Amino acid sequence: MTIISVDTPTRRRLVAGLGLAILFLASLSVGVGEFSLARVVNDPEALQLLLISRLPRTLAAVLAGAGLAIAGLIMQTLAQNRFVEPSTAGTAQSAELGILLATLLLPAASLPIKTLVASGAAMAGTSVFLMTAHRLPPTQPFLVPLFGIVYGGVIGAAATFAAWHADLLQFLSVWTNGDFSGVLRGRYELLWFAALTVAIAWLVADRLTIMALGRDASIGLGINHARMMQLGLVVVSVISALTVVVVGMIPFVGLVVPNIVSRLMGDNLRGTIVCVAASGSGLVLGCDIIGRIIRFPYEIPVGTVMGVVGGLVFLWLLFRRPDHA
Amino acid sequence: MIRIENVSLRYRTTPILHDIDLTIPKGGVTALIGPNGAGKSSLLSLIARLQPLQTGSITIDGLGVDSTPSPELAKVVALLRQDSVIASRLRVRELVGFGRFPHGRGRLTQEDCNIVNQSLRQLDLTDFADRFMETLSGGQRQRALVAMTLAQGTDYILLDEPLNNLDMYYARTLMQALRAIADENGKTVVIVLHDINQASAYADRIVAMKGGRVVGDGTPAAIFTPDVLEGIFGFRMRVETFDGKPLVLHHL
Ligand SMILES: Nc1ncnc2c1ncn2[C@@H]1O[C@H](COP(=O)(O)OP(=O)(O)OP(=O)(O)O)[C@@H](O)[C@H]1O
Ligand SMILES: [Mg+2]
Repeated sequence: MTIISVDTPTRRRLVAGLGLAILFLASLSVGVGEFSLARVVNDPEALQLLLISRLPRTLAAVLAGAGLAIAGLIMQTLAQNRFVEPSTAGTAQSAELGILLATLLLPAASLPIKTLVASGAAMAGTSVFLMTAHRLPPTQPFLVPLFGIVYGGVIGAAATFAAWHADLLQFLSVWTNGDFSGVLRGRYELLWFAALTVAIAWLVADRLTIMALGRDASIGLGINHARMMQLGLVVVSVISALTVVVVGMIPFVGLVVPNIVSRLMGDNLRGTIVCVAASGSGLVLGCDIIGRIIRFPYEIPVGTVMGVVGGLVFLWLLFRRPDHA
Repeated sequence: MIRIENVSLRYRTTPILHDIDLTIPKGGVTALIGPNGAGKSSLLSLIARLQPLQTGSITIDGLGVDSTPSPELAKVVALLRQDSVIASRLRVRELVGFGRFPHGRGRLTQEDCNIVNQSLRQLDLTDFADRFMETLSGGQRQRALVAMTLAQGTDYILLDEPLNNLDMYYARTLMQALRAIADENGKTVVIVLHDINQASAYADRIVAMKGGRVVGDGTPAAIFTPDVLEGIFGFRMRVETFDGKPLVLHHL
């Protein structure tokens, strides 16, 4: 028993890494264009397809998945509640409203500038959520996600109204429903910032674990609680805004991945944060591949596939008998 | 030495602590007693800078709790809260290990690991070290939290009702362990106790609080008399002497 439990984390990491590698190669191979990985070596056209479309799309899925999973994890730490994530706490909706306003008011601005505006809006929206979440009675853990859903709904409605008013509803749906089909070289590179924020999260993993123990424990151990809240807020907001702007929001990743990893491996984030990121990548890649093959040659957006897959996994998480490893 | 001068506290308009002036000398075990709502936990949370001082000042070994950087204070004073809940899925050893965070800011050195192991042994947790916290009983969980507080290795250890959930055996073991680290390692232990006989047996000094004020401060023999106890708790109890220490028959 003890011997196995010592080995299990390493084995799980290996399995996770292998699975991710397989999904990565599968994602490179699946698509409408004539293409096989073997031909890349001596067929310049295949190589072009790989470099311009397939590889960027696959990398975008990996980056967005990792980022969203980490954003969910940090959100849950900040809100002290396992059932929140950026898309159900007003973060994504605020980012959508932000990018919408940027498009309306600063039509000439570059994409990074608009992303910055969206990040700022996400930060403002998330701060309000967190301030409210900390006032809700801790004896009722489901109040926090419920509030988040209502709050996100209100902001989302405001965004829809503004978009309808400005005749930009199609744009809005690009941001609200994640889709990788438009990803090409030159159009996704902003997502590399998500990788940067994942790295930051890894660096402060111990602090995040302590933050999850609560405010008093954090202060008692000498952590600057307020500053960590701000850092977490920035990370969550930037990841959400980047995802919304570049590929559109993908729901549930931030919810199910941290919860599953916590069940399997616990909450000592120094050991699990890489698994959270990798599993997020794997989940999003997998859903994107499903969306590409299920109605081949047509595509179903990853946001829609994730809505179904993530929803099912979440229900399974809720109803499964809790097991104490 | 912990110096508390002119400390008052109010939540909105409700006064909680009134002009507390108290000095807790370095070394030894000081028991904080008093009825529910007396303000014991509030006072400890001020000493441990969990809430900002509204008036007055508190210093620990000359370090002002509101002016000293929090990471520095974390190496000087540790607090076990009365109602700590661990919602994270952490193994006992991991949790206790986080007690060492103020020293290495993360990575555990060999010395840290030794201290963690020693804390686990002190609270008889070695067999549970690799279990998740949520799989422990209430008393085992409480012991893990105490072990984490001790692992922090601070000179000042504040414990708010650490005997909660502990059976007689472990209550006695913990009091003996605290006595030992005070005597052998020169630590200063401030402990909130409702069991005044534990206080009588193991504390050097009793500080009694009531209604947000310090109403008694002295040796167990001086505080544990029928008159003083009636003033604190509001009913008369018999006090005997056993092995030269007051034994309060408060349940009769
Ligand atoms: N957050 C709060 N808001 C309002 N009043 C509070 C708050 N926390 C504590 N109090 C009040 O402050 C007073 C002192 O509380 P405190 O927790 O310090 O008592 P205590 O001596 O530790 O009691 P116990 O023995 O029950 O633990 C109580 O009357 C309590 O109702
Ligand atoms: Mg108390």
